Amino acid sequence: MEEVVARMQEEKNGIPIRTVKSFLSKIPSVISGSDIVQWMLTHLNMEDPVEALHLGTLMAAHGYFFPISDHVLSLKDDGTFYRFQTPYFWPSNCWEPENTDYAVYLCKRTMQNKARLELADYEAESLARLQRAYARKWEFIFMQAEAQAKVDKKRDKVERKVLDSQERAFWDVHRPVPGCVNTTETDIKKSSRMKEPHKTRKPLNTSSAPLSLISYSQQYTEYDPCFTSPEPSNPWTSDDTTCWELETSKEPGQQRVRRWGFGFNEVLKDPAGREQFLKFLESEFSSENLRFWLAVQELKKRPVREVATLVHNIWQEFLAPGAPSAINVDSKSYAKTTHNIKDPGRYTFEDAQEHIYKLMKSDSYSRFLRSSCYQELLQARKKVRPKQESCV
Amino acid sequence: MRGVTSARQQHQLAEAGEPWWRQRESERKRPNTRTSSTIPSPLCASSLKMACQALQSGESLATLKNESDSLKKKLEEERAKLHDVELNQVAEKVELVSALSIRTRRVLKGHGNKVLCMDWCKDKRRLVSSSQDGKVIVWDGYTLNKEHAVTMPCTWVMACAYAPSGCAVACGGLDNKCSVYPLSLDKNENLAAKKKSVAMHTNYLSGCSFTNSDMQLLTSSGDGTCALWDVESGQLLQSFHGHTADVLSLNLAPSETGNTFVSGGCDKKANVWDMRSGQNVQSFETHDSDINCVKYYPTGDAFASASDDGTCRLYDLRADREVAVYQKDSIIFGASSVDFSLSGRLLFAGYNDYTINVWDVLKGNRISVLFGHENRVSCVKVSPDGTSFASASWDTSLRIWA
Repeated sequence: MEEVVARMQEEKNGIPIRTVKSFLSKIPSVISGSDIVQWMLTHLNMEDPVEALHLGTLMAAHGYFFPISDHVLSLKDDGTFYRFQTPYFWPSNCWEPENTDYAVYLCKRTMQNKARLELADYEAESLARLQRAYARKWEFIFMQAEAQAKVDKKRDKVERKVLDSQERAFWDVHRPVPGCVNTTETDIKKSSRMKEPHKTRKPLNTSSAPLSLISYSQQYTEYDPCFTSPEPSNPWTSDDTTCWELETSKEPGQQRVRRWGFGFNEVLKDPAGREQFLKFLESEFSSENLRFWLAVQELKKRPVREVATLVHNIWQEFLAPGAPSAINVDSKSYAKTTHNIKDPGRYTFEDAQEHIYKLMKSDSYSRFLRSSCYQELLQARKKVRPKQESCV
Repeated sequence: MRGVTSARQQHQLAEAGEPWWRQRESERKRPNTRTSSTIPSPLCASSLKMACQALQSGESLATLKNESDSLKKKLEEERAKLHDVELNQVAEKVELVSALSIRTRRVLKGHGNKVLCMDWCKDKRRLVSSSQDGKVIVWDGYTLNKEHAVTMPCTWVMACAYAPSGCAVACGGLDNKCSVYPLSLDKNENLAAKKKSVAMHTNYLSGCSFTNSDMQLLTSSGDGTCALWDVESGQLLQSFHGHTADVLSLNLAPSETGNTFVSGGCDKKANVWDMRSGQNVQSFETHDSDINCVKYYPTGDAFASASDDGTCRLYDLRADREVAVYQKDSIIFGASSVDFSLSGRLLFAGYNDYTINVWDVLKGNRISVLFGHENRVSCVKVSPDGTSFASASWDTSLRIWA
């Protein structure tokens, strides 16, 4: 932000600051709201004045420039006059002004008998509150305010105008008008952190371009509600939850079934997909593969307490000699698993699971996609006799 | 390639302090056979020739090390010639995204102070949110009903997560802990009484996420570590050390088979971890300031990050580098949070300038700006089926957009 403000104040390419002749006197060192907006549109490559207005308002809210005749710090795209804040008062100096400072300031304001320096309602309220809070110290505060007022009186009139407005703007940031955002609030994560020196390291470059990202996004565009409206409608825009109800029903729609063909993971991710795949495997008498894979997934999700028993059960069911649902694992994985069994853990069957996954993906999955029951679902053909479960 | 020491192997051996020719005693006796075997690149042939010459003239180890250093440089130059293309260049032929009409569809009011975090339930309509004043609220986003509310004993509840079953929520913050609250259907039941403390860190909790089940919790903390916990026993299953400053965010890879997650922190690094071994398998450092949020692309092959430097970046895990930067001159405030649309084509990013920017992930340009919040946007998340996304803000409200 400060970089942008510095650019704004540049002699050559910045916003021209001028003194404006007004009704009774001259208004020193000001710029107009529309000047600011215009400058931003040109110099910050913005297309939309709304955006420029928003950014400008934020910069004002943070105290880098301010409207000379308003406590509310926002930017208007018109002839309203603004002034730049002096770097002394910039938020980056990490001001954390105390309430006593605010009290002194408000007190000082009441000593200056100019109409334009009268306190606003909320300021008067704050002053009253502070007087009650610091009742015992009030003499001291009063003395400070007096001293400051004396110093101010000695200053050049024009200079005073500018400084007064800047001081007022400073307090508008740190004690904002009720209802306005307090931009000095910080995220607690940033304030209480361990500051460690870091080393900058250049990342290693390789030549492969991420084409797969492009193909994935294009393939899934029709499933992305941002581009393709879900059937029959997006519940959030139409107040109709049919879309969600359809998804939980047992009959998977055509579009959903087609998605299973995009990759093996899609079948495993979708509960309906898993169900169909399992049915298919049963018809081929190789359902133990999927069941083993699912059992191991489940093992990884269970609490630590249950791990040992589950490992034992899986071993007995799928891998032990004479197991009822014996799976076909390569010798290397089998040996490793036999070794792992002695110290059961969540990753005991990792190698075997990987092997089975690859087997299903390269072998059963492609046959599933060619199978008649998948094809039927894809064509959205209704089953004539619902009792007929075989998929030959 | 039997019998041939590649240039790379030479470097490795030289770096190990071992003169490469000592490793291949047998070859040394028959220098001529090397030049006749297949060598992949002209670089190798010339380097071998140079090395052979050096060897034959009996030069010292130091000279050979110099040789290997200059060869290394040459290899890097060759690599650089292989055209590292940015994502938006490759995506030139891809169609532009037409204007989207995204508007606020719901405003959730009820928090008394800044909303710091939120998470969706798998049922696509419920969500949990947590705030600075210690309140954690479970909403039905669709009907705007507040279904549960709990007050934490600490302020600044910076992280919250919904359990996959929909039956519990986890949350934590300045209490340095992550606690799990089971959600009961009985409205009269006091949720606070059933609280279960699971994770314990030595600094604030910045992020939490259930893994694929209600039984395991992954947390990130201001103490610079991430950790995996068994919910039932509170046991620490694995800890992840490597960040040199506060970790601000984490995200689990969306894979059925994967066991990885990514974390981002104040050390400007984004690290990818193997959950099983606890190892940091990849690391990326291209941001100029704190990384506030990391989120995987739907395939798990890439992830995006949001940073205080005002930019969001996309990192491809297989290319092992940054492939896109989402930035504009007019965006000078930090980005606090990002999430992808279902297809991964759009990136929704929340900023400290109260706006949400929608970026075209592939082409790199900004599609639109969403105004609405009246203070910083702290968290942005797309719903599980992609039909909407929610944003949480310091203006004490949450908005659902579609």
